[in-house]
Amino acid sequence: MDFNQNFFELFGIAPAYRVDPIRLEQAFRDIQAQVHPDKFAHASDAERRLSMQWATQANEAYQTLKQPLGRARYLLHLNGVELHEETNTAMSPAFLMQQMEWREAIGEAKAAGDVPGLEHLSAKLRAEIAAQQQQLAELLDNDKNFQRAAEVVRELKFMEKLREEINHALEALDA
Amino acid sequence: MALLQIAEPGMSAAPHQHRLAVGIDLGTTNSLVATVRSGLSVVLHDENGRPLLPSVVRYHGDGSTDVGYPAQAMQSRDPHNTIVSVKRFMGRGLRDLPDAGNTAYQFVDSPGMVQLKTVAGVKSPVEVSADILRVLRDRAETALGGELVGAVITVPAYFDDAQRQATKDAARLAGLNVLRLLNEPTAAAVAYGLDNAAEGVYAVYDLGGGTFDISILRLSKGVFEVLATNGDSALGGDDFDHRIYCWILEQAKLSALKPQDARLLLTRAREAKEDLTTHPEVRVTAVLGAGQLVDLLLTTETFAEITRSLVNKTLAPTKKALRDAGLEPEDVKGVVMVGGSTRMPQIQRAVGKFFGQEPLNNLDPDRVVALGAAIQANVLAGNRSDDEWLLLDVIPLSLGLETMGGLVEKVIPRNSTIPVARAQEFTTYKDGQTAMSIHVVQGERELVSDCRSLAKFELRGIPPMVAGAARIRVTFQVDADGLLSVSAREKNCGVEASVVVKPSYGLTDDEITRMLRTSQENAQSDMEARALREQQVEAGRLIEAIEAALGEDGDTLLNASERAEIDGGIAELRNVLQGQNHMSIKDQIEKLNHISGTFAARRMDKSVKRALTGHKLEELET
Repeated sequence: MDFNQNFFELFGIAPAYRVDPIRLEQAFRDIQAQVHPDKFAHASDAERRLSMQWATQANEAYQTLKQPLGRARYLLHLNGVELHEETNTAMSPAFLMQQMEWREAIGEAKAAGDVPGLEHLSAKLRAEIAAQQQQLAELLDNDKNFQRAAEVVRELKFMEKLREEINHALEALDA
Repeated sequence: MALLQIAEPGMSAAPHQHRLAVGIDLGTTNSLVATVRSGLSVVLHDENGRPLLPSVVRYHGDGSTDVGYPAQAMQSRDPHNTIVSVKRFMGRGLRDLPDAGNTAYQFVDSPGMVQLKTVAGVKSPVEVSADILRVLRDRAETALGGELVGAVITVPAYFDDAQRQATKDAARLAGLNVLRLLNEPTAAAVAYGLDNAAEGVYAVYDLGGGTFDISILRLSKGVFEVLATNGDSALGGDDFDHRIYCWILEQAKLSALKPQDARLLLTRAREAKEDLTTHPEVRVTAVLGAGQLVDLLLTTETFAEITRSLVNKTLAPTKKALRDAGLEPEDVKGVVMVGGSTRMPQIQRAVGKFFGQEPLNNLDPDRVVALGAAIQANVLAGNRSDDEWLLLDVIPLSLGLETMGGLVEKVIPRNSTIPVARAQEFTTYKDGQTAMSIHVVQGERELVSDCRSLAKFELRGIPPMVAGAARIRVTFQVDADGLLSVSAREKNCGVEASVVVKPSYGLTDDEITRMLRTSQENAQSDMEARALREQQVEAGRLIEAIEAALGEDGDTLLNASERAEIDGGIAELRNVLQGQNHMSIKDQIEKLNHISGTFAARRMDKSVKRALTGHKLEELET
């Protein structure tokens, strides 16, 4: 057993940002069908323990590669670029300004109880996230510009937070 | 002793021998046991042909117990010693039970889990549940004519770690080998999905006697993938009874009832609720202890009105589960109704309205969970390998650690597919700090005080260094039963310290042994016999598993000396099996497990490779 095998190798797919989600899912299911603890409930202790470790690893790998952001982070990690997201918070002033505008807009819509407004913001944000992801694909798969890709990943993380905020606001108005 | 009839080496021991396995639905109100017979999942009946076992236990002064209908019949007359709905107390402390004051029980608060004072002594909810499970085990062994290999026990999907651990402990106490703790909605989905060849996104709405679960699953090509689950582990049919009970008190202007009268009116309330499923109105009549007569008319409209907030309490978790799954109600292809409480017309209406479709009621809501559990038990026991399916379930509540200021740092988010492991690094906040206390909690709230405390332990022996220099890695592992184990390790200057904890409410092996010893039928000699029997069964299971593995892969994955070592280990285990010493059997089991470790690892690698190779071949063909 080789737990140092990387997640792409585990699923037998090429390490790239653009992955075929159906193929990824199929590979995950094929592996779980072999290693899942339900297949070893009547086996020896040694096999049960291994099965849990393998199934845990397969879940971790699938969850990482399934999400665009997780996949990008993981690719950067494989290429020796660590994001240090907790400590490295340096962002371009333009991006930060944009973030503040977003936050204000969400705050106002929330305070006004403006559900259609929030949904509009959500759609707009989704489009921006999609555009960023497109850029990320170019940077990672074509240009191999990992430093620039790392910046985009950091920005995307902020945008995901905004998305969560909108969802929370919608949830609060729902209740 | 059938398991100990060993086949010749090299021949796998009777591969087509049917292993006896059952699925058990340990319910708040009723419990059931089911098994797969001739390919069909069936509920096993008692000697009077009744499928349900009321989850009621009555304790007598002489140490004997009644379980089921006889206990239920006496609940009004002997409310202190007759325990109903014990599932509500599993893994719960006194402060978790807001209406503890309204019940007839004499609670004893104890660390981790509340206990109940009865004429037969103080009983833990684990012991009461074990008494119910023991009756089901006996029923199954009588019906099937042999000892069970194992059981799948169902739990509400929204049960937290404490409740799951308590359930598993109860099963062990009842002498059951737990093949898996299976979430009730998932069990129902298996029964429904396999029956209907269902594909697509389904919601399972499960309202039982005391718990509510909503699970959103995607069914495709034999995979049951739980996308999200939510619920309320203290909401069920009991609460609807209680609303009727309060309505009776109000209408009949009653107050300060004796426990017997309270129990009687609660029973009448439950009967009224059941009658309202098929009748537009019912008469509620009762004669209280003091001769006072209660005679009221309850209509379905009034019933719906007084329970509207309860119905709405099920819709909020339903919305949350859908949101976590990233879906809208219209994405759901079908809504499977589970649990006796879904028979209430107001529930059917509310669920139908929410999802914009008629709920699916084609399986008996009382039985579907047990039937699904039996199907899964049959597979887990190794009885079939042809048409296979895969269950990918999730944990219902986030797991985290207490950090500075009483805040929770989430380590594993809710709805993570299990098994799952996650590690987090922490550091010291004072110079020269040599110990760190680790507090594990479960829940979605930000403050530790609003979450459930699962375990507290201390990591000692951290080498003194400046604040922030130590690196303490805390690892959470959740297994396929949804149970957590935590380990912590300080890794610096080459010094390592690690500790593995079992959450604090769980019973240790010693406690289980003590409980077994105190239960009247287990004298010392029985204990010995039981321990021997357990080790013999375990040894038989291990030999069978390894010989089957050798039959498949022994020639290709092992060289001659490796093979000889494993064969030697098996021979040695067979040798000690001739004797009566359970300790030496146990030692040899461990030894054989150790010897076969490498072989197991190679087999696993081979399966994984095979999975991927098969995949690549398919792609070449297309």
